[in-house]
Amino acid sequence: MADVQIMNGNQLIAEAALLAGCRFYAGYPITPSSEIPELLARRMPEVGGIFMQLEDEIASIVAAAAASYAGYKSMTASSGPGISLKQEGLGMACMMELPLVIVDVMRGGPSTGLPTRASQSDYMQARWGTHGDHMIIAVAPGTLLECYTETIRAFNMAERYRTPVLILSDATLAHLSSGVTLPPPDTLEIVDRRQPAVEPENYRPYEISATNPVPPLPNRENFPRYRFHMTGLNKDATGFPTENATTVLADENRMINKIMDASADIESFEHYQLEDAQVAVIAYGSNANAARVAIKEARAQGLKVGMFRPITVWPFPFQQVMELGRKFKHIIVSEMNLGQMIHEVQRALQGRSELHSVLQAAGTPIRPQQILQKIREVSA
Amino acid sequence: MSVDYPRYLRNDKLPLYWCPGCGNGIVLKALIGAIDELHWEKNDIVMVSGIGCAARGSGYVDFHTLHTLHGRAVPAATAIKMCHPSMHVIVFSGDGDMLAIGGNHFIHACRRNIDITMVVVNNWIYGMTGGQYSPTTPPGSKASTMPRGNIDSNFDVVELARGAGATFVARGSVADPISLKNYLRKGLEHKGISVIDALSTCHTQWGGRNQLGDPVQLVEHIRNITVNRSNAGALSPEELQGKMITGIFHQDPGKKEYAQAYYELSHPVEQTVVV
Repeated sequence: MADVQIMNGNQLIAEAALLAGCRFYAGYPITPSSEIPELLARRMPEVGGIFMQLEDEIASIVAAAAASYAGYKSMTASSGPGISLKQEGLGMACMMELPLVIVDVMRGGPSTGLPTRASQSDYMQARWGTHGDHMIIAVAPGTLLECYTETIRAFNMAERYRTPVLILSDATLAHLSSGVTLPPPDTLEIVDRRQPAVEPENYRPYEISATNPVPPLPNRENFPRYRFHMTGLNKDATGFPTENATTVLADENRMINKIMDASADIESFEHYQLEDAQVAVIAYGSNANAARVAIKEARAQGLKVGMFRPITVWPFPFQQVMELGRKFKHIIVSEMNLGQMIHEVQRALQGRSELHSVLQAAGTPIRPQQILQKIREVSA
Repeated sequence: MSVDYPRYLRNDKLPLYWCPGCGNGIVLKALIGAIDELHWEKNDIVMVSGIGCAARGSGYVDFHTLHTLHGRAVPAATAIKMCHPSMHVIVFSGDGDMLAIGGNHFIHACRRNIDITMVVVNNWIYGMTGGQYSPTTPPGSKASTMPRGNIDSNFDVVELARGAGATFVARGSVADPISLKNYLRKGLEHKGISVIDALSTCHTQWGGRNQLGDPVQLVEHIRNITVNRSNAGALSPEELQGKMITGIFHQDPGKKEYAQAYYELSHPVEQTVVV
């Protein structure tokens, strides 16, 4: 029997985290993410997990990263300004190669901005918010069901690639409540970090094999037996700091390539009515729902339009968008900001298509009519 | 009984990165001595540090070690203690790291009473970055960013920790390493948050700017300005002027420890039925 739950996007993310095996959460109160800690405060003790509300955003992400070092699957959640504060901890997790899931329920900005309103203005912050060269994985669920399934996928990718993964939600998804048919848990793949094959005295936290650029990392049960060092400094295979230029360069490249070379696994997108389309819309997250309504209406008016919807938004699906450029004369990018993903789209199109946009950073969602109007202009 | 120090060290990482004559090695040695007396297994110990000279200490000890971000050792240690409540979690970091950029985490850990031991390696200066004044730099003394003498007031680590609710607070110094080791041992044994203000020396960055550039002379200076609690009572206020009192200042084993309190949330004590 189908398991139908009435929940909002935040609650679905929290429940999915538990199903994925998350047993440590640390956070700091911020709108519009509050239902995530509220649900986990209640649920974590029931499943033998740990919930902590700490003194600030920085403490929360550092605690979550340290829990991951100690073998736990862990998560933190926040919103725009809180994510700004978390960027140093995010960088530490990148450098230490700690699996970690960070939920960003996006709201307007800069600064305090529009705390209760929806936005997609953290798209670039997700990629470039922390300093230094690094790669990041970010997913943008577009529906309530995807709040659930993408959270599980985020944990799986964090564990498989030993990396932080961001979930870019927004106030619309966070507070939208509906009946959702959840997939049966036994149909879902749950990935756990690969365990060391060597005895503790021979374990080195960044030693890779010829076939896998992601080194194993002790889990909760194995952690007490495996003593090792981790640092935010550039490190060698032993986990200790190094300034050897060859070692540093190789490690920096490996950390980027372990994600870029796995794009077949990490990439996720939807093609919606693109096959016979003459105009393509690119939209993601909750805003893709407005685009979908606009496309249905446009088709009812005889206009052949489709949508490319990235679900994994970082790494950017460069190849996919490049191919759209070969096929479509007109491409419309719509996002709830004043132009962020559109820069990546432009780079991928390499001037092949005419690029149009429906952008808005007003706190209010983009209405289907706005996208429909652009479709009609472009199709005329 | 002599301590087998190499047993606790990552000997391949020696020599220490600290300047010859640095007080940090004395603090680290006292800590290892305290651990040795407690017969703790290396697998049961986690040492977490932030950024700075003292924070590099985590790299030399053969425990579970995590060298985090500037100021962030305490939240990391907090999480690790919650994840593995039976393990012993120690924070080893400097005064700038723990009291300036990490000051918020420091006071909240005191309030929370989680069973970690915070060793503040307190040498009154940012050594690694070049001798800038820290929250414990004595007023009047010189630093690279206070070339005319410090006009900023300094924290009393003991008072700060007590005020924030810490349940074990002590101060020792590198001028009396035996007492320092004893305070550290008592702090490690304490079930709850323990704070040890370990007065250390930086002759390179603080001493050199304040006519105390010789490491032995600087340790002598620490000896001259410290008075043990047991002797302080006999001194007049004038005699205590400019002195730092050492000893154990506060010990409250009665307050519930945080990880234990959390565990009881998920495993409620069963109601006893009275027949």
